[in-house]
Amino acid sequence: MTATESQQRAYIAGQAAEARVNFALETEGMTLNVGPQHPATHGTLRIVVRLDGEQVVWADPIPGYMHRGYEKLCEVRDYAQVTTLINRIDWLGSFCNEVPFVLAAEELMGIEAPPRAQYIRTVLFEMGRIANLTLFLGDMAAQVGALTPVFYAFRDREYVLNLIESVTGGRFHPNFDRIGGLKDDLPKGWIDETTQVMRRIGEFCDEIDDLLIGNRIFEERCRGIGVVPRDVALEYGLSGANARASGIDWDLRRDEDSPLAWNHADWKVWTHPDGDSFARYWVRQQEVREASKIVGQLLDDLPSGPIRAKTPARIRIPRGETWMHAENPLGEMGYYVVSDGSPGGPFRCKIRTPSFSNVSIVPWLLRGVYVPDVITILASLYFILGDIDR
Amino acid sequence: MAPEADAAGSTATDEQAVGESPPPSPRHREIVEVLGRELGEGLLGHHYSARDAWVRVSPASWRQAGLVCRDVLGLAYLSFVSAIDWKQAPDLGGQKRWDPEAEPTEEPADGPGRWTTGVAGGGTRFQVFARLYDVVGHVGLTLKVDAGDGPDGEGGAAPRAESWVPLFRGADWHERETWEMYGVEFEGHPGLRHLYLPGQFEGFPLRKDFPLLAREVKPWPGLVNVEGLPGEDEPEEPEGSGA
Repeated sequence: MTATESQQRAYIAGQAAEARVNFALETEGMTLNVGPQHPATHGTLRIVVRLDGEQVVWADPIPGYMHRGYEKLCEVRDYAQVTTLINRIDWLGSFCNEVPFVLAAEELMGIEAPPRAQYIRTVLFEMGRIANLTLFLGDMAAQVGALTPVFYAFRDREYVLNLIESVTGGRFHPNFDRIGGLKDDLPKGWIDETTQVMRRIGEFCDEIDDLLIGNRIFEERCRGIGVVPRDVALEYGLSGANARASGIDWDLRRDEDSPLAWNHADWKVWTHPDGDSFARYWVRQQEVREASKIVGQLLDDLPSGPIRAKTPARIRIPRGETWMHAENPLGEMGYYVVSDGSPGGPFRCKIRTPSFSNVSIVPWLLRGVYVPDVITILASLYFILGDIDR
Repeated sequence: MAPEADAAGSTATDEQAVGESPPPSPRHREIVEVLGRELGEGLLGHHYSARDAWVRVSPASWRQAGLVCRDVLGLAYLSFVSAIDWKQAPDLGGQKRWDPEAEPTEEPADGPGRWTTGVAGGGTRFQVFARLYDVVGHVGLTLKVDAGDGPDGEGGAAPRAESWVPLFRGADWHERETWEMYGVEFEGHPGLRHLYLPGQFEGFPLRKDFPLLAREVKPWPGLVNVEGLPGEDEPEEPEGSGA
């Protein structure tokens, strides 16, 4: 039935009247605390958001609920004891925290670990990445309303954690890396088991693919939400998958000469041009796939030999300064280590954590978004509080 | 590998001081040369290691140095901004064995005195340093600037440096952290307020003279692990080991 002209006019007049009423309605600003306890924050991050209706006017993240003062504590421990501390920075991929620090100490001492140790380090590093990012893949889905991927993620992460535990003795805090090499060699039968689990991780990525990519709800909640352009990402110091999702083709594993064995594997760095929440999710999913490939390839041609270089029983590091960074699951993590040559620990140890910079973009990114998108954006930026509040 | 040579006081940018390592790559050399050309007297020193480069600039050219790095040299990624306190704290758990009264030494080897400058030199107790990176060329640079002697020094003014927030928005949080941990005032920062610590917190925890209360109460039990093994040269007892 077609509407007559008068009906149309009445309808338009009604709409206009309603619009005038809405225009006259004054919306009162409201302050909302997101956190400190919220599942999207992986710890205790409080974000104060000022709302106008459903839209965020400004947002101010308040970290510090878990600040443990590691930079101060590093100065009163010796080098071997520092790895225990820095295990607790990004607790989902702890082994990855140890590696740059140990490499920095090794560089200052002028020693290098034997090839087998470097291979095993790389394998454990990538397994830390898988353990970390599988949780993200499940958790991000949970934040936008899909529950199934969480269970898949926890199930398959458990296999990886079991393997890490059987090598290092710790599921979350391996404390396995030593200056000059590793604590132990791999246990018997571990390689076969790991190859199977890596295949399992590939299947897990396929399952997640089936569940989420192309899923209308997921795509609509993520596409175009929280877009970070390339230059803004650089200015705020975004790194890792967050930078690669904004089209920055930069991965320290590929781009810098590292003593670790990434160059010996055949893998690919994925980027995404969009810079939105979906891109960040997608890039991390590819990273899990690539990491499982790296682990499989490195285990195939693992060199034999010793796992530790000769080091003095008491580590004493000559005077010097160095900056060592690595591509951690969350982004660029680095240690600026200053040794004054005394037999104690570092004179100064600046810990550069990726989440710190990744979260500092939140006030810029949340301006003008709607409340449910706040959670999507926080989840897709993916930070871990231990990594902000070190 | 030999201990890194100290380039303190080196003002020459095109000539290498005796005993200094060569640039690790032509790009590193170019970066230091361009900074020397753009800043002139503002570039106070530089240092190369086997894979990295440091420059030290004067306080007046700190922001200019960041601008040159970002716009001319393509070092557009800000990794971090932080500070260091070169004062020696003898009481931090008793692990540092330098005599706090000993004269500072510039010897690169493990001399008896303390180290007060770091690579690329330094003149004051506090230094601010920052790390920039080129995500296309994959080259990084550490920049340092003297920030003053702090409350113990002449005049007793707070250490200060120019803010990099106008250049890198990401410097905001890094400078807030440096301010609350070291008390470095950043000129031109939009709002230096606490990031980690509660608003009423007094003192600057990462300064060397800020006591670590846990150590005051109880000496670090991990100290036993640092004792020498049989057969090694016997270490001297740490002075004032906090026991």
